[in-house]
Amino acid sequence: MSQEVLDIIVKKITEQKGDEAIEEAKLNFDEPMIILDTKNWDVKTAKLLRDDPALAFDFLSCITGVDYEEHMEVVYNFFSTTKKHSMYVKVKTTREKPSVTSVESLWKSADYMERETYDLFGIDFPGHWNLRRILLQDDWEGHPLRKDYVTDKKALGLD
Amino acid sequence: MDLLYMVLFAVVVLLGLLGGVTYAILFERKVIGWMQIRNGPNRHGPWGLFQTIADVLKLLMKEDIIPAAADRKIFVLAPILAFAPSFTVFAVLSWSDTLYAADLNIGVLYFLGVSSMTMLGVLMGGWSSNNKYSLLGSIRGVAQMVSYEIPLVLSVLGVVILSGTMNLRGIVQYQDDIGMWFIIPQFLGFVIYLISAIAELNRSPFDLPEAESELVSGYHTEYSGFRYAFFMLAEYTYAIAISAFATTLFLGGWLGPAFLPGIVWFILKMCIFMFIWFWLRATLPRARVDHLMQFGWKVLIPLALLNIVITAVIKVWMGW
Amino acid sequence: MSIKTETMTLNMGPQHPSTHGVFRLLVEVDGETITKAEPVMGYLHRGSEKLAENFLYTQFIPYTDRLDYLNAMTNNYVYCAAIEKLLEWEIPERADYLRVIVMELNRIASHLVWWGTYLLDIGALSPFLYAFRDRDICLDLLNEISGARMTFNYIRIGGVKWDAPEGWVDKVKEKVKELRENIAEYDTLVTGNEIFQARTIGVGKLTKEQVINWGISGPLARASGVNIDIRKEEPYSIYDRFDFNIPTREEGDVFARYKVRIAEMYESLKIIEQACEQIDEGEIIHKKGARIMMIKPPAGEAYTRAEASKGEIGVYAVSNGKNKPYRIKLRRPSFVNVSILQDLLIGENIQNLVAIFGSLDIVLGEVDA
Repeated sequence: MSQEVLDIIVKKITEQKGDEAIEEAKLNFDEPMIILDTKNWDVKTAKLLRDDPALAFDFLSCITGVDYEEHMEVVYNFFSTTKKHSMYVKVKTTREKPSVTSVESLWKSADYMERETYDLFGIDFPGHWNLRRILLQDDWEGHPLRKDYVTDKKALGLD
Repeated sequence: MDLLYMVLFAVVVLLGLLGGVTYAILFERKVIGWMQIRNGPNRHGPWGLFQTIADVLKLLMKEDIIPAAADRKIFVLAPILAFAPSFTVFAVLSWSDTLYAADLNIGVLYFLGVSSMTMLGVLMGGWSSNNKYSLLGSIRGVAQMVSYEIPLVLSVLGVVILSGTMNLRGIVQYQDDIGMWFIIPQFLGFVIYLISAIAELNRSPFDLPEAESELVSGYHTEYSGFRYAFFMLAEYTYAIAISAFATTLFLGGWLGPAFLPGIVWFILKMCIFMFIWFWLRATLPRARVDHLMQFGWKVLIPLALLNIVITAVIKVWMGW
Repeated sequence: MSIKTETMTLNMGPQHPSTHGVFRLLVEVDGETITKAEPVMGYLHRGSEKLAENFLYTQFIPYTDRLDYLNAMTNNYVYCAAIEKLLEWEIPERADYLRVIVMELNRIASHLVWWGTYLLDIGALSPFLYAFRDRDICLDLLNEISGARMTFNYIRIGGVKWDAPEGWVDKVKEKVKELRENIAEYDTLVTGNEIFQARTIGVGKLTKEQVINWGISGPLARASGVNIDIRKEEPYSIYDRFDFNIPTREEGDVFARYKVRIAEMYESLKIIEQACEQIDEGEIIHKKGARIMMIKPPAGEAYTRAEASKGEIGVYAVSNGKNKPYRIKLRRPSFVNVSILQDLLIGENIQNLVAIFGSLDIVLGEVDA
């Protein structure tokens, strides 16, 4: 079942973007997972995932930023309320200038979750209507969930 | 001599009222406590009897805070203006056959006229605090009190038509003469009075001006210490006044079997009337402003007018 | 001639009785109509996700208690389940039953808190105290098995920490009957009340499309006719062994949310009853689960989700093979659900603000992580 979904996803995306677009496609704990580079991830691809009748990923569950030290990743967890299947999309981006196209215009649930990822990782989401810090205060320096973030214990009154 | 008597009586009534308010608050807290499966106040004195006294003492010892941006003069004046009229109306109330201050032949008019001035205190308090929540609370409060003043007055008119007098003692005597309390021929009027009185007093379910979940605490958000105590005092004094008024008009005042003195009957009936409010407060959620207004203007006022018409017809045709 | 009008900015919170915590809502009102609403949050941000990276896997469990502190069992569960997924461990059957019982008890407690505080928000005082009396029944039971009333730290990686004390299961069965009677009583007290219905029916309507697009989950979604409940979608733990319904309603207004939550409490009682019947003696934790230094999931990543009382709670766990998590992402339902306020409040009357806000059932510990 999941393998079939994965095959459809791969087929549709290669049709749209060419053979090179998907870096890796596999099953992760029995759920389809595709890994893309940020230059191949845009609103058009996202729209395909949402609007294609065979895929219909209309529910965006979760957006996760991960700092892998050599590169950064944004992971999208989609779910389809009609087809009842789910998938992972991993978008790779550089560490120096992390930037991933925003899908806020397609799934409004991305609004806060992308803001949170920006807040904690400093990943830019071009296309987001209101990309500001959300959990930390506006004048916070740095992005705490990056692996090279140094906690200033003195400023926090811990030292 | 007259003047001395007047002052003396006023002081006695004031002291009685302070005691009355103290125990009205305790009564309310106890009743609501039991309805909510808890004990209510029980720490100060036996049965929590000194709880309110302790509360008042605490309030009196607090620092008197006036916000810097407030309109000082009006801010100071508001609680006094809220309290004064609700106390003044006690002049015409007659506690028993012999115990009364003024035998005014326009008692009903005096009571309604003076008591409606309390809303000035609410407006001034909310306005002068310079706080959006206070302002919203006082706007709501004034709108509500003005709107419900009308059905309140209209519901009383039925009684006045039947008894043919505006003298409060005269009304009670009339009920004695016909051997029936006005609650029976004026039941509709009584119900309208009961509902409008709740709105007039800003009590639950019509406690919008001080809805704590929406407006923090409404028009007295910025008040603390004894000024706040004054607002509370005014509220409960007015509550006692309104229930005393209802007792006089609808429940036969001090009338009752002779084994208890008149004043005891009077107070008992008042307590029953107030108990209904506490009961409602423990049961009902808060109405919404627009529903409240609609209910006042579209339901209560037509009903009150209908009541007047019916009463007039009865009066003329049946010759009561 | 035109009249010059001005909009007014009303700042609700961070200290306000109806925000149930430190939360700020900036509303712009034109007369009585809301034209803009902007939630401001983060006052309770503790950096849970950052903290996770510095702890052993087991040490982070108490921190999940403090996300949605009204429904901590599910938080415990979903975190442990994510790690177990990476470890590919089999959980002893008895542990699964105990997990289900405590999670459902906790769901009832959470819904009762919502029921009480929501009615307090719209001005009814007594239901709050009734609800807390019954919530205490649930909490006492949970206290007996876990040793804590709110921050349980009970569900562990590989199973649960303590076995049920003697007679506990029978006690649960008894209390379920009591709870069922009491909840029915609340239903008669409040649901038919005219004032309550006037304040809730037709207020704060959410459409099906809005729900899906904004990622809303839980009772909020089901009140708008979106029939998703992860307990049925992808039955985790042992939920596929029980017979229960997913209450849904089509109206999408505040009243529908109220009805869905009331109905859900009955369903939870049903699940608890069945679980109490089926539970057997046995192990309560995986044999490696107690050695916390040794918990080292193989490198990999997984997203695990569960149905909390507020909606879909999820954990995205990344392991690099060491004994500390590389990255833990917490998908908190309240955080996603609260974003709808920006859209939902526009055009509403300001008097409905509290009624709508309260109906979302958010917990600030969870919004801010």
